Amino acid sequence: MELTTVWFILIAVLWTGYFFLEGFDFGIGVLTRTLARDRRERRVLINTIGPVWDGNEVWLLTAAGATFAAFPEWYATLFSGFYLPLLLILVCLIVRGVAFEYRSKRPEERWQRTWETAIFWTSLLPAFLWGVAFANIVRGVPIDADKEFAGTLLDLLTPYALLGGALTLTLFTFHGAVFAALKTVGEIRDRARRHAAVLGLVTAGLAVVFLAWTQAAHSDTASLVTTVLAAVALLAALAANHAAREGWSFALSGVTIAAAVATLFLALFPDVMPSTLDPAWSLTTENAAATDYTLTIMTWVAGFATPVVLLYQSWTYWVFRKRIGVQHIAPDHPGGGAPGTPGGSGGDAGPDADGPDGPDDPDVPGASGDDLAGAGGGRPQGAGS
Amino acid sequence: MELALAEETLARWQFGITTVYHFLFVPLTISLATLVALLQTAWVRTGKDVYLRATKFWGKLFLINIAMGVVTGILQEFQFGMNWSDYSRFVGDIFGAPLAFEALIAFFFESTFIGLWIFGWDKLPKRIHLATIWMVAIGTVLSAYFILAANSWMQHPVGYRINEESGRAELTDFLQVLTQNTAVAQFAHTITAAFLVGGAFMVGIAAYHLMRRRHVEVMRTSLRIGLITLVAAGLLTAVSGDRLAKIMYEQQPMKMAAAEALWDTEGPAPFSLFAIGDVDAGHNVVAVEVPGLLSFLAHDNFSDPVPGINDTQAAMEAEYGPGDYRPNIPVAYWSFRWMIGFGMASLTLGIAGLWLTRRRLWLSERLRTGSEEVPRLALTRDRELGEGLTRWYWRLAFATMAFPLIANAWGWIFTETGRQPWVVYGVLQTSAGVSPGVSQGEVITSMTVYTLLYAVLAVVEIKLLAKYVKAGPPELTDADRNPPTRIGGDHRDPDKPMAFSY
Repeated sequence: MELTTVWFILIAVLWTGYFFLEGFDFGIGVLTRTLARDRRERRVLINTIGPVWDGNEVWLLTAAGATFAAFPEWYATLFSGFYLPLLLILVCLIVRGVAFEYRSKRPEERWQRTWETAIFWTSLLPAFLWGVAFANIVRGVPIDADKEFAGTLLDLLTPYALLGGALTLTLFTFHGAVFAALKTVGEIRDRARRHAAVLGLVTAGLAVVFLAWTQAAHSDTASLVTTVLAAVALLAALAANHAAREGWSFALSGVTIAAAVATLFLALFPDVMPSTLDPAWSLTTENAAATDYTLTIMTWVAGFATPVVLLYQSWTYWVFRKRIGVQHIAPDHPGGGAPGTPGGSGGDAGPDADGPDGPDDPDVPGASGDDLAGAGGGRPQGAGS
Repeated sequence: MELALAEETLARWQFGITTVYHFLFVPLTISLATLVALLQTAWVRTGKDVYLRATKFWGKLFLINIAMGVVTGILQEFQFGMNWSDYSRFVGDIFGAPLAFEALIAFFFESTFIGLWIFGWDKLPKRIHLATIWMVAIGTVLSAYFILAANSWMQHPVGYRINEESGRAELTDFLQVLTQNTAVAQFAHTITAAFLVGGAFMVGIAAYHLMRRRHVEVMRTSLRIGLITLVAAGLLTAVSGDRLAKIMYEQQPMKMAAAEALWDTEGPAPFSLFAIGDVDAGHNVVAVEVPGLLSFLAHDNFSDPVPGINDTQAAMEAEYGPGDYRPNIPVAYWSFRWMIGFGMASLTLGIAGLWLTRRRLWLSERLRTGSEEVPRLALTRDRELGEGLTRWYWRLAFATMAFPLIANAWGWIFTETGRQPWVVYGVLQTSAGVSPGVSQGEVITSMTVYTLLYAVLAVVEIKLLAKYVKAGPPELTDADRNPPTRIGGDHRDPDKPMAFSY
């Protein structure tokens, strides 16, 4: 096989990894609004992805870096052409990362609610925008003879692209709901399954239209096979969800994502970015690629490093395999700060409106350890009060 | 014509703003990762509470900082394609690979193990948990190597050829890109400078608390570690900087001539302490100089000539055709001085601190302090610094925190603007690298958005850091002192809250 084809496949694999992993991260972010009943449940959801979201996001950086190295022309045209959507995605990813880390760092309710709002929107928007971006890549955009994007923002907002965005948004949210059902315990787990059932059906509806549309434009046998596979896996995931087989439904929603990404890349091949102006100006795996020398080095490094990455990332999931529920969330700022700490003994500053995890110690951040310190461990007020 | 120029200028400003901002977090992340790992190692080996409390305190500040470093780094990788698409097309075959490897090898390492470290206190046995922070530290250093190798290639392109047909640069020797002397010297200089930042950060915050006689045990230990780091890193930064400068005299004589405002070739060449130059006329109006020192910095002797700006300009015109090959000389001159000045100032304060707070060496019994006392600042064997001076030393030590950061920022401004008008030295000019399809409005939009967002986040981050700094190290619980013995955590109580949750 040509090295350029190998790297086309590897980039598809990287995007699959990204959408599989950050897909449920985005979904969880969206569900903090729709699934969680109170702020404590919201924290349960956020903490299901707490230890892993950062590692998941690196799949995006690797996909982008690999595209830069293996297909410089693709990287250049795509990133400069989709300028404003990417700007929006970047702003979301920047705010989102900070939101996860900083939300619990202060006890004030206003502070925490602000970051919670941020987590919702900065999960929802990229989940939608990635679909828009990929639908546009597959459909083709105006690319001129110099391989430059020659369109405007409006060229990117076609019905097909917006449908793609709606599909990734619902698919990722479904994936997130299934993940939540797998990772939580208690009432929220049952509710996650009910949510997943509805989301799955909506996703299925959108998927049928979008994938049929894609097939109509780029029909070929291979992508037809993956289209069917995506549909079957989605229905099977719904069935497994109905039967409360959460591991299966998560695996199957993962297969759905993988098959959907495969469909898009198969519909694309051998182009990487078709031109709507003139097919001769399309970027292909040949005319957008790096040299064989670079691709050879990349292949060797990726061949050794990727299995190692998969190994230790999987290990992380195994370490944090335990389901979590409201009882596992340490109270935000348990009263009675450490002796010798300024302002140490905080009391209850006031009742929280809709959850027991509200602020009860307004001015002592690290005194008794909301995070690293682990002061909550073993304390009676820690357990699901 | 005006507009075309403006777009390059805008893209450069955006790169400058976002990169300098990003690099405020990077050196602290690199150095604190290792320093926290060392503190945790000390705890695992000795079992002393003071080390665990220090680990948790500095670890928390480290996490607040790394969050910003990570998210602002995402933008960096996208920016090449967004604002510099022609650059990306031209160099992608060479420049892309280190970036891809940085993500695949270093970022995955860093980001996955940081999750394990943050959430792993009650999930991993002591030694495995310790290993995770070391993995993070290794990840940060590896990441630095890849990105600096990529940057070094822009400073001094090697291991490539120009494909006449496609008009692009193509990689011919990847090993040379990774191991060329520019990359090695830049890496050494950047990493040591990063530890200068981390050392000063520890010293500054420890001084803040010791001045108020709070959290003395932890802060005393931190002060000592910080001072040693500061001094060792300061000396090594100077040595590696000297090495890098010598390489730059060979590879980019224009940058170094501009750094010295040395207009005409001189031998022996003087080192400029202060100058006001007339860029158009090509000479200095005012100059205060140390004779021969520049020859020494460039060549290790006091007599060899160092090429000046005007001669280098002529030589470059002969080689590359007509054009202005001079960078912004006042920026190069002053950024070079701010870099060295702030760096050396922090080193000096570090040496002073190490001497003043010494524990036994040439120190009378009377002035020695125990581990729970604020160290007394002893000038000589039997003489303590006066009260006023003592207060001033602590204040200065607190202020030291900012010095290496300022030095780092000016160092990057120097090396990047000093390379102009080239984006790849001698191969591609910066004006040829911008995205032709991106409009001025788009760049202005993104620059405005980033600048405002970054400004807001800076305020949030600094306030948060200040809050956690003031709170001091946490008291330990039994759970802290007795970490689990099996992976996944001990299962005595299935409903036990997590040690850490977001």
